[in-house]
Amino acid sequence: MHSPQHPIHPTRSARRETIHRSAVTRSARRETIHRSAVTRSARRETIHRSAVTRSARRETIHRSAVTRSALRRTALAAVGALGVAVLVAGCSGGPGPAEPSAYEKAPADLEASITYAFWDASQQEAVQANIDAFNEEYPNIEVNLDVTPWETYWTKIQTQASSNTLPDLFWLNGPNFQLYASNGKVEPIDGIVEAGDIDPANYPEALVDLYQLDDVQYGVPKDFDTIGLWYNRELLEEAGVEEPSADWTWEDLQEAAQTVSDELGDQGVYGVAAGMDGQTTYYDTIFQAGGEVISEDGTTSGYDSPEAQAGIQLWADLIASGASPSMQQLTDTPADQWFTSGKVAMYSGGSWFRGAVGASDIEDAVGAAPLPRGEEQATVIHGVANAVAANSKEKQAAQALQVFLASEEAQRQQGDAGSIIPAFTGTQDAFVGSLPGADLQVFLDAVDYARPLPVSKNSAAWNALEAELLPEAFSGERPVAEVTAELAEQMTALLAKE
Amino acid sequence: MSGVQTGPGVFAGARPGRARPARDARRRGGEAAARRRDGAWPWLFVLPLFTGIAVFYLVPIAQTLFYSFTEWGVFGGWTFAGLDNYARLLSGRELLPALGNTLLYTGIVLLGIPIAVWLASLLNTPGLRFASLYRVLFFLPYIAMPTAVAMVWRMIFNGDYGIVNWLLSLVGIDGPYWISTPGIAMGAVAVVGLWSSIGFALIVLRAGLKNIPEELYEAAEIDGASPWRRFRAITVPLLTPSIFFVLVITIISSFQLFDLLYAILGSRNPILPKSMSLVFLFYQAGFVDGEKGFAAAVAMFILVLIGLVTLVQFRLQRRWVHE
Repeated sequence: MHSPQHPIHPTRSARRETIHRSAVTRSARRETIHRSAVTRSARRETIHRSAVTRSARRETIHRSAVTRSALRRTALAAVGALGVAVLVAGCSGGPGPAEPSAYEKAPADLEASITYAFWDASQQEAVQANIDAFNEEYPNIEVNLDVTPWETYWTKIQTQASSNTLPDLFWLNGPNFQLYASNGKVEPIDGIVEAGDIDPANYPEALVDLYQLDDVQYGVPKDFDTIGLWYNRELLEEAGVEEPSADWTWEDLQEAAQTVSDELGDQGVYGVAAGMDGQTTYYDTIFQAGGEVISEDGTTSGYDSPEAQAGIQLWADLIASGASPSMQQLTDTPADQWFTSGKVAMYSGGSWFRGAVGASDIEDAVGAAPLPRGEEQATVIHGVANAVAANSKEKQAAQALQVFLASEEAQRQQGDAGSIIPAFTGTQDAFVGSLPGADLQVFLDAVDYARPLPVSKNSAAWNALEAELLPEAFSGERPVAEVTAELAEQMTALLAKE
Repeated sequence: MSGVQTGPGVFAGARPGRARPARDARRRGGEAAARRRDGAWPWLFVLPLFTGIAVFYLVPIAQTLFYSFTEWGVFGGWTFAGLDNYARLLSGRELLPALGNTLLYTGIVLLGIPIAVWLASLLNTPGLRFASLYRVLFFLPYIAMPTAVAMVWRMIFNGDYGIVNWLLSLVGIDGPYWISTPGIAMGAVAVVGLWSSIGFALIVLRAGLKNIPEELYEAAEIDGASPWRRFRAITVPLLTPSIFFVLVITIISSFQLFDLLYAILGSRNPILPKSMSLVFLFYQAGFVDGEKGFAAAVAMFILVLIGLVTLVQFRLQRRWVHE
């Protein structure tokens, strides 16, 4: 019996989910859970280290979730929480975008206490290093860190935004950005840019654009991720397939994946798998086919174009031919786990997947290549930005921290500490060198042909539509053209309401 | 106030030998005031409770009712929507599948009650060894975190590597993808719900069993009643108050199915739209789609539905529950 009175701990359950999921894949290959525990502990130096890799994997979950309907993974505690709905809804906020306000560089002796909210606990160490460096410059600004797990982050931020109690500085992502910016919740950085304290030219252009609305700049990214083709050298060799190269096309991918499935199918190995979410899967192929997910002006859906259909069809074909596990198999065991457990030879995944690779048994066999091209070469790029709350009482101090976190020094600290790619151009060497066996440079080179993650003012609404309808096309349940036409119609209707 | 007088006056009057006249007089003089104080005190004591109920139940219910007639922006600001939300609800496109799924789940979980009755009577066998161990084992699933339970069952149900399909393959059956096939998934979730609710029912029913006088069984045994007859004629009828309680609680909590479903199917399961429960529909509308007005209407529907079903149960109670 599951009454809502049960205490639910999203953090713990998320961690458990990670543990259990990885256990699924492990048990697939190993005889007993016991044995797997023994070998695991033998392999790893300390419990601490394993916790670190686990949290890196948790970050993977967080980041890849960015593209999904953003609120979907919010608090489980929402069950029957009429009161919460009341709280969220009960407080009114001032609509309309914020006026670009004047910016004045904070004096070094400014005294203030501000809050900095973010969701990824695995980055806390790097953030703390940033804060320490910041305090050398501004010794009298006290920064309180507020870490909320991804599962509840947006519920909390949305509630705070409704009651005008947002943290002074907080992480914002692409799918949520326009919602907050268009409702006047985020302070523009135009003044800072004019004063020369932040130069958008230092960051990937596609990402800078992501945090721009109606020609007003609201932030610059702190890090970014692109998508590439991760592959398992050993499996490819076993199947007699050449390693993916930078000039691969969709046909090369299909052919290679098919060969692997044919050759190693009796071991339960497939050629290719993808997360079947937009960011790592079909947004990329839609762009590669020359299509668009959402029109440039953000008013119509691009799903009913032949290009978009081609981008969807690729995955439907891969599944239909048996080159990829079926939708059901990918639901039971997510694509990244198929790959890390050595059951899939190629995986279309984000740069954040590096953390999961490092924590897996196949680390030494892993390589990385650019995504194969269709009509053109393309990948989705996305990154998190630090945003200042428009109604912050300590705006000057918050902006000082925002400026510092956007600096080369701070971003290099971030890059050296963890698995993220810092956004500041030229600070990314640490990431590239972190997995010597794989050419991680491809994820940086991808910036040249990267497209920003498609977003609008209420991305969550149509993200949910995609998640509902597209699987029917991938699984072959309904023709691609029929599903995409329906999706385009419903999505355009939603966009019209924004 | 009833006519029966209580308090110090009565006590003093009942023991005249110990009462002191002077004090008695003083008491009588302050009696009216004391009664007023007596009248206020109980209210003061229950005030925190009533405040809690008002603040956390009554006011939110009233507000939700109000919101169900409105349309809300993401960050607040509402417009009056009249009966739009209810019209959309009663059109049934979203409601009927969710209602159907919820009823299916409830139906399967309710099968746990007869199982629990049977198990409870087994556990009540005099001289059963390890009885408390069994009780703990049956109760554990109930207190385990739903999310943790769900993760384990996700593995058990895995179509490729799960133990269920492995066992089925031993007898030559090709098992389905339990949690990613529409129709089957809700059944799979319900089995987990049944499994984890038995512990609660068991504890309640066992307490009920303890209240059945041993003499009845002895008498029946002397009269030559078989164990089955004793179970049917003594155990079940005298257990009906407990069964009734378990039934009401189980139905209410089954109607509130959300966490188990969400955790087992996963937030990215393609069949999720076809496998929604009522509360999931509320969650989806309010927290994903940002349609808080419609979510409020769904919440009101769930409230009324649970209220009605519970009312009907209490009405029917007289027909089958032993007094």
